[in-house]
Parts: sequence; structure tokens; C-alpha cells
Amino acid sequence: MYCCPLPDAEASARTPWLKGDEAAPWVTDAGPGLKQIEFIVPQANCAACISSIEGRLGRIAGVTKARVNLTARRVAVVWREGSQEPQAFLDCLASLGYAARPFDPRETGFSHDDAEGRRLLRALAVAGFAAANVMLFSVSIWSGTDPQTRDLFHWISALIALPAVVYAGGPFFTSAANALRHGRVNMDVPISLGVILASAMSLFETMHGREHAFFDAAVTLLFFLLIGRYLDHMMRARARSAVSQLMTLMASGATIVEPDGSRRFVANRGLEPGMLMAVAAGDRFAADGCIETGSSDVDRSIVTGESAPEPVNRGDEVQAGTLNLTGPLLVRITKAGGDTFLSELIRLMAAAEQGQSHYVRLADRLARYYSPVVHILAALTLIGWLALGHGWHDALMAAIAVLIITCPCALGLAIPAVQVVASGALFRRGVLLKNGAALEKIAEIDTVVFDKTGTLTLGSPVMVGPPAVSSDNLALAAGLARESRHPLSRALVAAAAERGIAPSVPVSVTEHPGFGLAATWRGQRVRLGSRAWCGVAEPADDRGLLEIVLRIGDGTPVVFTFEDSMRPAARPTIASLRRQGLAVEVLSGDRAAAVGRAASELGIATVYSRMSPQAKLAHVEELAAAGKRALVVGDGVNDAPALAAGFVSMAPATASDVGRTAADVVFMGQSLAPVSWLRSVGVAAQAIARQNILLALGYNLLAVPIAMLGLVTPLIAALAMSSSSIIVVANALRLGWRMNAMPDADGKADHRETAAGAAGAVQRAA
Amino acid sequence: MNTLLILIPIALMLGCGWLIAFLWSLKSKQYEDLDGAAWRILDDDDDKPAGR
Repeated sequence: MYCCPLPDAEASARTPWLKGDEAAPWVTDAGPGLKQIEFIVPQANCAACISSIEGRLGRIAGVTKARVNLTARRVAVVWREGSQEPQAFLDCLASLGYAARPFDPRETGFSHDDAEGRRLLRALAVAGFAAANVMLFSVSIWSGTDPQTRDLFHWISALIALPAVVYAGGPFFTSAANALRHGRVNMDVPISLGVILASAMSLFETMHGREHAFFDAAVTLLFFLLIGRYLDHMMRARARSAVSQLMTLMASGATIVEPDGSRRFVANRGLEPGMLMAVAAGDRFAADGCIETGSSDVDRSIVTGESAPEPVNRGDEVQAGTLNLTGPLLVRITKAGGDTFLSELIRLMAAAEQGQSHYVRLADRLARYYSPVVHILAALTLIGWLALGHGWHDALMAAIAVLIITCPCALGLAIPAVQVVASGALFRRGVLLKNGAALEKIAEIDTVVFDKTGTLTLGSPVMVGPPAVSSDNLALAAGLARESRHPLSRALVAAAAERGIAPSVPVSVTEHPGFGLAATWRGQRVRLGSRAWCGVAEPADDRGLLEIVLRIGDGTPVVFTFEDSMRPAARPTIASLRRQGLAVEVLSGDRAAAVGRAASELGIATVYSRMSPQAKLAHVEELAAAGKRALVVGDGVNDAPALAAGFVSMAPATASDVGRTAADVVFMGQSLAPVSWLRSVGVAAQAIARQNILLALGYNLLAVPIAMLGLVTPLIAALAMSSSSIIVVANALRLGWRMNAMPDADGKADHRETAAGAAGAVQRAA
Repeated sequence: MNTLLILIPIALMLGCGWLIAFLWSLKSKQYEDLDGAAWRILDDDDDKPAGR
């Protein structure tokens, strides 16, 4: 299979800037004088990828180790401190054709140092060892032995099982003890009780040379329970917070201009309304304010979600946390400290994350009812046997048998097994599920709320008009636009390149922040920029398109229009969501005309435009208060509180760091299709999880009466336990087959093949 | 009975050996990248395990 992407010029343009302090959040120590950084490389998926990536990165001076992890689609690079900037690795990956971005463990919620997971896995290994060996002796006993050999085998079993129970049962015992100390009862209490009583009773029976010992049941129980516990551990949400990432948008302070004209730096807490702050190009505003002098372009994406900078002039308002791009400004502070836009956003984010913890997972809901029932059944058995005039010994044996038989092995596997199968299959299709509960929740949603820019659309404008443009005009416009980093200018240059038009070379190009560009060409003054800059009247109707105007001298202006193109498969995805009976809404920070245009193209009727992050959050909370369960799909910093507050949330991999951290699910690639098939997978997974629970409970319904009647021998216990666990796991695997058979919404055979990979395959085949 | 006295310790020692081998492989991070391991076997170049 050919899958490695071809070298791709665009990949290098997309990669972020990663040097010095900018790289610091991702870099970790890897021994004396060594540093490590990890990159996510979604396109890496074969042997050739491994050798080309490791080979090239390994040849960079100073790199001591480059290791690809194909399962996690990550590359770890270790290098000698000071010899390289991490940007060099990104550039190297880009030159090989791999779009990569630095990996932040906090963002996925998986930590490098998963101490609890490793403890569970070690306990699992010990329990597995003990179960296998004790079972060897048990099978011999069940096949029939003379009493002497049986006693010897029981003693050897005890020798293996007792230390194993102490070690492997640890996670259950501590959890049960914790619960009891707080006056609660959880699932681990009957488990611990069952395992400890079974071991103690078996030891007692062995000492007295009796026939039945349950050592194999005790360790096999722990083995199955630990499998379920480990899978569950992998699927649990880790504590993650986007608040600290929002904090990084906060400027440390501002340069204040005193009334006498002197300047001094004042830290954040010293800023007060009424002060005049000077903000250089490239700096973030430290406080909210109103522009007194200067004009510039401001990146207000954290407010509106729009990537295109907005021109600002005297009298315009600016918000803390937004980025001044092109010109120096003097800003009169109106709000500072804890009252700024950014501080409020951080507070909202923290509150929204707090509110998330109320969802009780299906497994936990079951556990609430399960353990009291088990205790009551065991107690009833004990009392019943005593009441019928049997001795303490027989009554206790029967009660312990009930505890062993009801041990929730199959129940503990029922849901985690399904979620692990589903998340593995989803990951292979480029969808990263950050916690298992999201899969449960996605099956219950009734509303889907989309952001527009960057979520429904790709977030990068493409030239769509005018219908006919002379190549001279386009060449001239591209020549001017080359000098600017404004997204529309870049789109214009790209459009010229696409049509094979070489940009002309005007002289003395100057950029006027907030307005546009000016230059001289063939003795005439040419302007490229907003309508106002070129002296063109605003049109009567705003069609919601982005525009750049080119005007040569006082000639007829040429209006270039741009549109943010829709994500591939956006239309069928929305249609499929509606067919599934879900309400679809758009919440955007953009202008009404632009949002309306996109929504009507996709057939979405419920549209909210000009929404601030606060308004988005309020809307999502309103939906929740009205009893709706909303899937929130968004990408920007401005969507983050709504993502955190949503019943369940999704973000594209191209989203802001804050957005990705706040979301439960992250999807790779350009297509929007994962939104609709994640929902299908969630529904299918939930159906299988329910079947599994019924299977597990049905087994108990059959086995418990047998145990209460005292008919359970060690052989019956072992058969019942193993078979029910195996049936549940086999049923969960069915989901994997069903997902493989599920057609992809965009009709591609393999989601792992990115567009670049497919193009490469075609070229190499030819 | 005599055969058992030999066979049982052997069985237990084999089991212990398996347990130690598993714990070692876990500790040396051999389960971190199962998909990668499947492809690396096809690589003709000298390749060293990930280790620490």
C-alpha cells in the first residue's frame, strides 16, 4: 500500500511557529542536557513512513533519537539542548510532506506517566499468572484425585493464590475501604467481600482437608475484574482544563503613557481604567479599551472566531487578549484587571468545566443498584440456611457462593469493552475520543450546534469573484498582495498562482494598517484594500462576501470577492443529521449576512449571528435548561466555553489549542463527515452496551438461584464466570465488524488515506 | 507422586518465568506501539528497540 504523502509546499505554510519561548510548553526534559518534544503526525501509517521520518529526523545535527509511534501517530524527538530549535523538526517533517503539530499531553488528557494504569496492568499480570496456575491444579482436582493429592494441590493453590489476592486485589480493597470510610457502598465492597471471604473460607477448608476450595474462583474473578477495570481506566476522562491555556493569552502588562508623555511598564494588576496604554504591532492588549490614536488591524478571533483581521481606527473598542497586528496604537483603558473581556472568558470557562461533572455514566448508574442487591441476596441466603436449621458452616458456604457468583465480572466488562472497540475503530478513521462517556452521550443528543468559521467552513477564504477578471488586473493585484500577510491577500496570491498568472512587480509598495496597500505601477498610483481605502461606495446590499478592491489611478475599481469554502461533505452531513431527527443550529460570531449565506447553502434554518463567547455559552446553557442535549461543534477560543458547557462536544484538529482541549472528541481531516458517523457509531455502541448489560444481568438471574440453593461447586463457578465474560467480550467485538462494514460518508475506502496520500498513490502507480 | 514432585515445580517455574518476562516487557515499554512493531519487522535497516 502506498500511503506516504508527497512533499507538499502547503504543509510547511500551515505549520506553526515553534522557536524559543513559543516552543517551551511542549518541550520536556529527557535526561542530562537532553530535551524531548512530541509531534502529532496524522498521515504516518506504514513502514516507509517510519523509516523516512526516523531517518531524516535522525540526521539533523544534535538529534539523538527520533522514534515514531504508529499506534498513537506521534513522533518523539530527543535532541541535545541548544543545538536545534524544534522548528527545524517541523520543517523537516513538512519537507517530507507530513503536516505535523506539537503534541501537548494535557490536550488529550492522557499523561505520559500513567501510574494508576501501570499498577492495574501489573496487578492484571499477577492475577493472570495465578489464575492460570491455580486452574491447572483445580482441573486436576475436578478430574478426580485421591484425598491426599487433593489436599496437596489445595495447599499449593493456597500458596499461589493468597499472595496474588493480596497484591492483585489491592485496587479493589483500597477503593472499597475508601467508600466505607465515607459511609458509602460501591461496587468494590461486594467484590472485596467476595474475594476475601472466598480465600479465607478456602484456606479453612484446606486446613481441615475438605473437598471444595475456591482459590481458582478468587483469582479468576480478580483477573476478569482487572481486565474490565483496566479497559475502563483507559476510557475514563482525565482531568483536563483549558483554563491554563486561556491564561497564556493574557499579556503580562502594558506600557503606560503618562500625561507628561513619559512611558513606563505597568504589570497587569497595576492597570486601571483611564490609563493610556501604548500597544506595539504584534502585542496582545492587556486590557479592554478604546483607541485614541492610530490605526491597525486586530486579530479578534478570540471574540468572533473569525480568522480575518479587522481594521480598527480611532474610537474603536478593543478587548484584552486580542492581538494587534500591523500598526502601533494608543488605547485608553476602559476595563482592567478582573473586569476585562479575557478575565470574564476565563471565569466562564472555569464555571463551564465545573458544571461538566454531573453526568453519571451508565455503568455507575448500574453500580448504585447492583451492590445493595448483592449484599441483600447474600444476607438472605445466610439467614435462610440458618432458619432452615443448617449449621453455620453450610450457611456461610452458600452465602459466599452467592457473593462469588454475583461478582460483576461480565458487568464490569460490558461497557468498557464496547468503548475500547469503538474508540479503536474511530481512531483508525481519524477520530480521537477523549473519554468513553462521550460515546454514551453522543447517542443521547437531540440538537447539534455548529460554529461557522473553521467548523462548517475550512476557515481560509478562496476567491470566488469577479466572474471575469483580466489577467493584467489579477497580476497587479497579486503583485501588491504579495507584500501583505492579510488572509485575503494570501488568498488573492493563491488565486493568481492557480490560474498560472505571474504577479507583476509594482514599485514602492506600502502597507497602511487597517486600510490596505498602495504602490506605483507604470507611473500611476494603485491601491488595493477596503472599499473606503479605494474611494468606492459601499454596496446597497451586503451579500456576506469578503472583498478586496483594486483601483488603478481613478479608473474603474475591480472588486475581488472571497468566500470561506465549506468543509467537504458538509451538506450531506447536515442532511444526515436532520434525517436522524436532530435539530441543527448555527452559532457564529460573524456578520448576519455571511452566516445566513452559509446556513442557507447547507439548509440550516436556525441561525444566530454576531454571538459573543458569552452569548454562545448562554445559548448552550439555555438549551440544557430546556432539557435539550446538545452536541456542540466548534473550533475557536470563542467557542471554548460553549464546548465545555455542551452535553458533549467536538472540535476539528485544526481548532485552537483551547478549543481542542475543551472538546470531548477531536476529528482529523477536512471533511465534516465524522460528525454524522460518530453519532451512528455512538448509537450502535450504546445498543451493544445495552445488550451486554442484559447478557450480564441475565447470567446472574440464572446463576444466583443455584448459588442460593448451595449447589455451586468450584467447577460450576469457574464455568459460569468465564463463559459470561467471554460472551460479553465477543459481543463487543461485533461492533468492530459493524463499523468496518459502515460506509464512509464521503465514499472513500480508507480514511487514513489523506488527500495527499491518495494523490501520491496515483502518481506512483502511474 | 514422584513425578508430580518434579513436574509441579517445573510448571510453577515456567509460570514465574512468563510473569517476569511480561513485567519486564511492560516496563521496557514494548506495548507502547503495537502497530509500529508490526511494520518495523519489514524494515531491512538495523533497528533498535525503543527502550528508555
